[in-house]
Amino acid sequence: MENVKKTSAFRLWLRYVGINVRSAMQYKTSFFLMVLGQFFVSFSVFLGLYFMFQRFHNVKGYTYQEVLLCFAIFLMEFSIAEMVARGFDSFSSMVRTGSFDQVLVRPRNEVLQVLGSKFELTRIGRMLQAILTFVYALPRCGIEWTFPKIVTVIFMLMGGTALFSGIFMIYASFCFFTLEGLEFMNVFTDGAREHGKYPLDVYGKKMLFFGTFLVPYALVQYYPLTYLIGRTDNPTYMLLPLLAILFLIPAYAFWRFGVRHYCSSGS
Amino acid sequence: MKRTISLRKYHSFFRLRFIQGLQYRAAAAAGITTQFAWGFLLIIAFSAFYESDPAAFPMSFQDTVSYVWLQQAFLALFNTWMMEGEIFDVIANGNLAYELCRPIRIYNMWIARSLANRFSRAALRCSPILIVAFLVPKPYRMMVPPTLGTFLLFILSLLLGTAVATAFCMIVYGLTFFTISPQGVRTLFASLVDFLAGGIIPIPFMPDKVRAIVELLPFASMQNAPLRIYTGSLAAEEVKVTLGLQFFWLIALVLIGSGLCRLAERKACIQGG
Repeated sequence: MENVKKTSAFRLWLRYVGINVRSAMQYKTSFFLMVLGQFFVSFSVFLGLYFMFQRFHNVKGYTYQEVLLCFAIFLMEFSIAEMVARGFDSFSSMVRTGSFDQVLVRPRNEVLQVLGSKFELTRIGRMLQAILTFVYALPRCGIEWTFPKIVTVIFMLMGGTALFSGIFMIYASFCFFTLEGLEFMNVFTDGAREHGKYPLDVYGKKMLFFGTFLVPYALVQYYPLTYLIGRTDNPTYMLLPLLAILFLIPAYAFWRFGVRHYCSSGS
Repeated sequence: MKRTISLRKYHSFFRLRFIQGLQYRAAAAAGITTQFAWGFLLIIAFSAFYESDPAAFPMSFQDTVSYVWLQQAFLALFNTWMMEGEIFDVIANGNLAYELCRPIRIYNMWIARSLANRFSRAALRCSPILIVAFLVPKPYRMMVPPTLGTFLLFILSLLLGTAVATAFCMIVYGLTFFTISPQGVRTLFASLVDFLAGGIIPIPFMPDKVRAIVELLPFASMQNAPLRIYTGSLAAEEVKVTLGLQFFWLIALVLIGSGLCRLAERKACIQGG
């Protein structure tokens, strides 16, 4: 047994993804309808923005195109996280049905297995909406796309995906204690997605403080955005999104705490 | 005599569901927090827009604030994306057969059930949100309606709006008889309807041409009608038209829905057992 080589975690995760995608493809019509549905959920938010800016030409000094850019990048961050970390999002059923017991007896990391339990490809619909908006806003927002700015966008995507995955992880960890997913956590996921279409300072100083130090949305949204649109030249703002990845540390700690306190619900 | 018995049947079904719905207090508490945060963020965003260009605001800021709070408080009454999972399950898994055996009309029973669920959810959620909305500091505080008459019209319109939303959902249930896979159809319709109902931005904020059309659609008769009557900013003539439209759409949607259900009942094909 000793010399059996362990597949790397990443390879194993890819296998999980493959299985999930193939099983989703068994119901093709349902899949495409869901993708279309996801697309329209975000499209209606876009339409709302479009109509608002027909009437108002800027909000807190941000133009329509700048808000679109913010909306698109934030939505991309969210949809990648939702696609990848969906296992955490629907974790409550795993605890309730007791299938988390199976996870615990297998000789692999439980986070990997939970991540692998679901890969929600239908969120590609949301992603598509985000990409289309991004492509539309890209040439119109008046940004000169230099190398540091492109890197900033990539950092934002990395940081944002990590941040939202962390939030999903915390959401899942609560299930160890409550069995049910807690609805108020929606404020931090769906709520953030919905209201994060505007740069965070639109919501005032207190929200910005909250979004910087408690749940660091501003690190992947407001600060790098100000750098992108040239409100600041401070290059440290470029690196702030990477700081948001640190959010995974308390999230993981809370998860470990939850796992240690897990007692099977049986059945 | 026969008539009263049949009505009593649905009435007791309604009561049963209503009381059952009142049991989910923890879920309601969580929902209230979410809706409160949601409403607050919406209002701050609106105030940011107001600062940038007050002249472009289609209704007074005060009215917008009341609109948002009422929307959050009564969300359960007229949102169309929160449909009854049980009804979809019953259609998909074939337990519909049991429902068909009962000496009741499916359409009436499901309407009684949906209304009961909506009212029980709203009953648990609305008062805490409204209390807070009346207590928060001034620019964000909700206003009382200008006259008692406006308030009564608001209540009437609220009930009509709830009925229109429920009747619309019944049509979607009816359609699932023919499609089986409800999930996709649901999300597809839900986001579109939510937008047309004024769930994303209030209908007055839409461009005038779009607004003129959207206001005639049945979706505007759900939340848009009561929330705008409440603030008293609609002229008496407009209120009449709004209420008239609500009546019209209620009747039309009920006719379509019950026709569809009747057709579905006849053609229903029970999937497995």
